[in-house]
Amino acid sequence: MAYNITINGTLRSVDVDGDTPLLWVLRDVLGMTGTKFGCGMALCGACTVHLDGSAVRSCITTIDSVGDSKITTIEAVGSTAAGAKIQKAWLQHEVAQCGYCQSGQIMSASALLAGNAHPTDADIDDAMSGNICRCGTYVRIREAIKLAAQSPAREG
Amino acid sequence: MIHHRIAPTASYADLSRRNFLVNSAMAGGGLILSFSLPFGEGKAVSAESFAPNAFIRIGTDGQVVLTMPYVEMGQGTYTSIPMLIAEELEVALKQVRLEHAPPNEKLYANPLLGVQATGNSNAIRGAWKPLREAGATARIMLISAAAKRWGVEIASCRADDGEVIHTPSGRHLRYGELAAEAAQMPVPKDVVLKRPEEFKLIGTPAKRLDAAGKVNGTAVYGIDVRPPGVKIATLVQSPVFGGRLKSVDDSAARAIRGVRQIVRLDDAVAVVADHMGAAKKGLEALKIEWDEGLHAVLSTQDIARELEQATLKAGAVAQKIGDAEKAMADAATRVEASYHLPFLAHATMEPMNCTVHFRGSECEIWVGTQAIARVQAMAAKAAGLPVEKVVIHNHLIGGGFGRRLEADGAVRAVEIAKQVDGPVKVVWTREEDIQHDMYRPYWVDHIAAGLDKDGKPVAWVNRFAGSSVIARWLPPAFKDGLDPDTTEGAIDLVYELPNFHVEYVRVEPPGIPTAFWRSVGPSHNVFVTESFIDELAAAAKQDALAYRRALLDHNPRAKAVLDLAAEKAEWGAPLPKGRGRGIALQHAFGSYLAQIAEVEVAKDGSVRVHRVVCAMDCGTVVNPDTVQAQIQSGVMFGVTAALYGEITLKNGRVEQTNFDTYQILRMNEAPAVEVHVVKSAEPPGGMGEAGTSGIVPAIGNAVFAATGRRLRRMPIDTGALKA
Repeated sequence: MAYNITINGTLRSVDVDGDTPLLWVLRDVLGMTGTKFGCGMALCGACTVHLDGSAVRSCITTIDSVGDSKITTIEAVGSTAAGAKIQKAWLQHEVAQCGYCQSGQIMSASALLAGNAHPTDADIDDAMSGNICRCGTYVRIREAIKLAAQSPAREG
Repeated sequence: MIHHRIAPTASYADLSRRNFLVNSAMAGGGLILSFSLPFGEGKAVSAESFAPNAFIRIGTDGQVVLTMPYVEMGQGTYTSIPMLIAEELEVALKQVRLEHAPPNEKLYANPLLGVQATGNSNAIRGAWKPLREAGATARIMLISAAAKRWGVEIASCRADDGEVIHTPSGRHLRYGELAAEAAQMPVPKDVVLKRPEEFKLIGTPAKRLDAAGKVNGTAVYGIDVRPPGVKIATLVQSPVFGGRLKSVDDSAARAIRGVRQIVRLDDAVAVVADHMGAAKKGLEALKIEWDEGLHAVLSTQDIARELEQATLKAGAVAQKIGDAEKAMADAATRVEASYHLPFLAHATMEPMNCTVHFRGSECEIWVGTQAIARVQAMAAKAAGLPVEKVVIHNHLIGGGFGRRLEADGAVRAVEIAKQVDGPVKVVWTREEDIQHDMYRPYWVDHIAAGLDKDGKPVAWVNRFAGSSVIARWLPPAFKDGLDPDTTEGAIDLVYELPNFHVEYVRVEPPGIPTAFWRSVGPSHNVFVTESFIDELAAAAKQDALAYRRALLDHNPRAKAVLDLAAEKAEWGAPLPKGRGRGIALQHAFGSYLAQIAEVEVAKDGSVRVHRVVCAMDCGTVVNPDTVQAQIQSGVMFGVTAALYGEITLKNGRVEQTNFDTYQILRMNEAPAVEVHVVKSAEPPGGMGEAGTSGIVPAIGNAVFAATGRRLRRMPIDTGALKA
């Protein structure tokens, strides 16, 4: 059946089975390929998006569970204050290597920062340990989150 | 914000056009310069062996396009290679646009491998001289063109920031304005390269040219391509390597909405669908029977036993110094050990994928590959077409680590695409990616040393057995039972070892394919040699640092990095109970690296790596930020291997399936990593892999320091470390 979902502020209609994971709706049906496939079991975080501002794994979020929640993806997270700060810090610290996991890392970090303006190391561990980076950019991810937390709110 | 576009690979049409432009002396108006890379490092090569290898293209619009013979997979090559050219060409990095090189072994072969591939940490090593010469040659031709137009002496002109300036008058012309005339200038035979003190870019931290697209979702990896009308397929291959498809009941799968087609291959089944959700659901609904074939009862233990047996037989002599047999007989003490290293998967974050449009008489492929020419050749074979009928578009790589030096994924995709009308993107599930990887080989080493009465090693004998990836991947490089990769790190050790004998016994295990894995030969050999030298220090009842230092008088670069690491890691300073420090020292990929790991072993035997101090001498540093990033990255990759990395076979099947059973280090487990770089004017060494090979023995040695238990197998068996 058709599902009406709000992605990055735009209402989209997709006609797929209700148990189709949001990940594949984004990537294959709507062509929004910034959100990545890594494991399909919520083990790696590459597919992280925001549902009403909270980080969720789109690979296990079925389309029929989205309802009226607002979906934000990597393509639009830069228009949120926290997302813009995180992206800027990511560039300043040169976090990305292969970069494949970084959409998910940035979505998790943005959700963290939006809800916690001054995350501690333990907060960062809690929020980011669901996101695997095979290039091992963890040192810089941590530094970049701290840098983003220090930047003034206006600058986004 | 600077925007850098990474263009898709030039098609053959583009390439032909470019060749045409060269041949017709810039009919299109612009300077194209082809240049040569010598085949083989530092060797004299006859003129006939020189072949054009890469291109600089300067358009009349001033656009500088660099065609990248090496692929970007996170290692920063799309920044450091342009730096080499831009340094001599006198352009800012923001002025250049990058293109992936198309498949062409003649133009783009890696000079250290002889084939078009990105691996073994040798892009900068291979490109260091020729790519700077290419930039310098282009600059001289642009200056000559400007001098001619102005009617002035060449010596009175200089190049800076993308323009030529006539110094006395201050007149200047942009490169774009000179491109057409520069193409008519004679190509200078000898160019003088800048002295290190003249470098503007090299040695300064440059921002990555590929960074912006990687933080806003616009970077395009192979898995992201969407040719019009593309269908999505996913596959299941015989769970036992070498097995065949017996039968498949696809009635339930075909009833799933969005499933379009079931493709049967000899040893695999694919479900083609509108989207991956439907394809995966279809795959799960298949009822498949396999003929499991010869390897249906194979286990890792069977392979380990075979390798152990092999170390009892004579192998090919990889290096022989002095008389190890006699020295061993005369030694005061003999130390002996066996080491095992497991099969490992690559587990790149971007699962294997390849998109193919097979049109009968031609075939178009979209993929991210470390070895585009190999993919083209093998895809052409699978397609039953001549290579020139196979067009490949290369893309950013979501993790390579050696996995994408292989063409199996492209071959699979072609086999499937031959049965599909229109383009099809074949995406492997993570389970398929891990269970049908091509794995870092299993290794068994039997090693012995003789110590004199002062504990100094007077004899060293090592015989190891395992797969030679080179023998399959690059057969001409496997000679007399040896190849340069399999033995790197086992021979030419940094230490003074007067009587030294190393043999390699090639054994290709049945029922499991092997491949290169980040840090390749040294990933195995440095673990063994650095663990064993630590064993010798312990047997001699000497400090692990002092013991190594005493064997390094002839090797100042190795000694310097060891001393620097020891100083920064506060070697010898007291640590709380349960903690220990361990050293590893290596010369691999042309670079010297000392690493000191600080670990904590808990009562339950679990190991936490707290801190890793690295001291590096990689010769001339091109991009210091990349050096830092690559060492950090290599360390994390190695920590994963030490703590978790193991692929096992049971009943011929890989037992691990996803990131729950094949764990990867996570943020909360990541150590602090410090990287200290020794200033050096030597030619650059490789950086992408060194951090991985050294950290594993450093961790093992630190565990020994903390617990007194020697780790001769990886990954760490926490059960054996329980207090």
